[in-house]
Amino acid sequence: MLDSFTEKLGGIFRKLGGKGRITESNVQEALRELRFTLLDADVNFEVVKKFIANVKEAAMGEEVLKSLTPHQQFFKIVKDNLIDMLGGEHAALATGPKKPTVYLLCGLQGSGKTTTCGKLAGQQSKKGKRVLATPLDIYRPAAIEQLRIVAGKTGVSFFFPEGDNDPVSIARKAVSHAEDNNYDLLLLDTAGRLHVDEKMMEEVRAIISAVNPTEVLLVVDGMTGQDAVNIATSFDPVGVTGIVLTKMDGDTRGGAALSVKYATGKPIKLIGTGEKFDALESFHPDRFVSRILDMGDMLSLIEKVEANLDEEDARKLEKKLMSNKFDLEDFRNQIKQVRKLGPIANLLGMIPGFSGLKKHVSDDMAEQQVGRIEAIICSMTPDERKNPGVINASRKRRISKGSGTTVQEVNQLLKQFDMMKKMITQMQKGAMRQPGFGKFR
Amino acid sequence: MFDRLKKGLKKTSDSLRHKISAAIGRAVKIDDEFCERLEEALLLSDVGASTAALIVDEIKSKAMEKRPADAEALNALVVDILAEILESGAAAEPLAPGLNVVMMMGVNGSGKTTTIGKLAMRYKAEGRKVMLAACDTFRAAASEQLEIWAKRSDVPIIRQREGADPSAVMYDAIQAARARGADLLIADTAGRLHTQSNLMRELQKIQRVAVEKAGVENFRAWLVLDSTIGRNSYNQVQQFGQAVPVDALVLTKMDGTARGGVVFSILKEWRMPIMFVGVGEKMEDLLPFNASEFSRALLGDAVDPA
Ligand SMILES: Nc1nc2c(ncn2[C@@H]2O[C@H](COP(=O)(O)OP(=O)(O)O)[C@@H](O)[C@H]2O)c(=O)[nH]1
Ligand SMILES: Nc1nc2c(ncn2[C@@H]2O[C@H](COP(=O)(O)OP(=O)(O)O)[C@@H](O)[C@H]2O)c(=O)[nH]1
Ligand SMILES: [Mg+2]
Ligand SMILES: [Mg+2]
Repeated sequence: MLDSFTEKLGGIFRKLGGKGRITESNVQEALRELRFTLLDADVNFEVVKKFIANVKEAAMGEEVLKSLTPHQQFFKIVKDNLIDMLGGEHAALATGPKKPTVYLLCGLQGSGKTTTCGKLAGQQSKKGKRVLATPLDIYRPAAIEQLRIVAGKTGVSFFFPEGDNDPVSIARKAVSHAEDNNYDLLLLDTAGRLHVDEKMMEEVRAIISAVNPTEVLLVVDGMTGQDAVNIATSFDPVGVTGIVLTKMDGDTRGGAALSVKYATGKPIKLIGTGEKFDALESFHPDRFVSRILDMGDMLSLIEKVEANLDEEDARKLEKKLMSNKFDLEDFRNQIKQVRKLGPIANLLGMIPGFSGLKKHVSDDMAEQQVGRIEAIICSMTPDERKNPGVINASRKRRISKGSGTTVQEVNQLLKQFDMMKKMITQMQKGAMRQPGFGKFR
Repeated sequence: MFDRLKKGLKKTSDSLRHKISAAIGRAVKIDDEFCERLEEALLLSDVGASTAALIVDEIKSKAMEKRPADAEALNALVVDILAEILESGAAAEPLAPGLNVVMMMGVNGSGKTTTIGKLAMRYKAEGRKVMLAACDTFRAAASEQLEIWAKRSDVPIIRQREGADPSAVMYDAIQAARARGADLLIADTAGRLHTQSNLMRELQKIQRVAVEKAGVENFRAWLVLDSTIGRNSYNQVQQFGQAVPVDALVLTKMDGTARGGVVFSILKEWRMPIMFVGVGEKMEDLLPFNASEFSRALLGDAVDPA
């Protein structure tokens, strides 16, 4: 329907960039667009208001007005404010002072609690922890059976006192069972409940006060709309310690992350990125922001590539990225590497400037598209790959012929590459304080 | 029925109505402040920025034209415009003679299985011979869940083991339904994000089997939307619709505080009926959607302020 969040932000900044210096009136215009964009990204109305006010205050400051590259400044202000609002550094899961550590998962119906339980079970048992999973959902048909199967699949123990249908008592029994059998971690999977269902909210409070969990994780569907603030505000007082955002593998713009963080002040600890039990990632606000600002998730991409590349290649790529000597040849090599990593459509979203493409392409289309990009680059001379600037109209015609594509497609690729280089430059400026890069260096 | 719908939607309508009434209460004049408040009410209901702007413009220009004398008349005008959008969806197609196959689809956790459980009872009570097909062979205990619902309303269910090919389940189920003389087969499918092209192809395959076996006139695909979801529902309608034409929508979880305003943008873009509204987890918590009742319930007292 609309351009993606990141495409539109790109538009605002190009507009600002075209005008040179930031003036009060073009800040107003950019802010209006930004507001529109954030609202359509599902950020709650009140949160948007607050955010815009912060950005405006920062953008109207002296320093920015005098700055030579106001659009970059503006970009940075938006990005920094988003990171700030999302809560700075990544927050890890806590371990309790004595065994067992207890994690309780709560949230609305269908948000992904049971699946997340399975993911945590898998993750923690891989770390060598002895994990026990217990269902407290006595309402949803086959919910107990679902967790039993999930525990079996992830290779952890399952405990349910047959015949007991009081969640508080089941939780208590699970804790003693875990204590008696020396489990490190107990996962309590609660029933879905609406935040306005007083009886059910009382139930979860009772469970929490009975077993005093180390973490109370609120599981929120990443596609949630304006209601995210109501949900988070109502659940928070039961003693929420962290948020899990699920279903982030789709095309949701994830504005709920901002809303929930704003409403509770609690860290987003994990994100769910698929139905399989390994699709659980830690939440990195800086990366999340990079992603929604269409800087691509370069850090994750680099990590992925790193895992698949040998040291030597990785160092070379990093050096080129840092010195901005990254050329079309490297781009082609990177595509080759990337193709080894999995479905292209998923990876596209990680490449700066390409995330807008993601929603338009199916896996097949993406493969085709990438094939074309490779063909175009192959039809270039080594010199052209190093210095795309020399590619004039007649060269473009030759390249398009050689690759069986159109001049338009060649132009498009060159434009995208150009944009990507700009993004990389921009990112480097912010990258120095980003933890992920330190690891890479 | 109207009362029940109203009760289920009360929270929704209370807040939206309150906001709109507040907007109107403060400004009989059609000024910027009025428009802003109206827009805020719409935005907080997930109507979305561009649709909200469109609706506000529409209201503004109609109001300028008709010059309502007082707050009440302005109120009525706002309600009419909103209701018109909700009423613009195509009418629900009645079921065909013979065996009908209704395939329920939607993203993960939207409420497909629960809605099928509720539908089974509703249609059975209407005198139909209902059967269920457990084509979600992916999620752990998905078919057990459907089986429990089938038992609750005592209708037969066709299921296979976890991991089976869902289109094979569809095939078997249609054969079984024919053999038993059923006239309505409701098929559950696994939740899938509309961006997962392989899973969307799987859905197309299930549809193909159903259309081949039951005939195109006798096949319906209903998309289940969770009203808690915001703007993404629009993408869901668009992309599910690209894979398998959507015959109707079901809007679940309207018993919370989410307002489902995203249907305004959906119905502005596509003509499709909203068949049912889910207002709870129990068997009877499913209400037929009727555009005029829905909008009246949503904004009801804004028309005749109590
Ligand atoms: N695509 C995707 N699906 C998910 C994710 N987490 C959960 N699901 C799916 O969402 C649906 C509901 O999940 P479930 O764990 O049963 O939710 P619960 O009702 O909160 O326990 C299931 O179909 C899950 O497979 C995720 O991160 N990505
Ligand atoms: N409050 C409420 N919960 C619902 C409604 N419809 C479904 N649910 C709940 O949402 C969760 C997911 O529903 P389910 O039917 O399993 O979703 P599916 O993954 O799409 O099949 C379950 O806990 C249901 O009880 C509704 O209208 N209101
Ligand atoms: Mg569950
Ligand atoms: Mg289901």
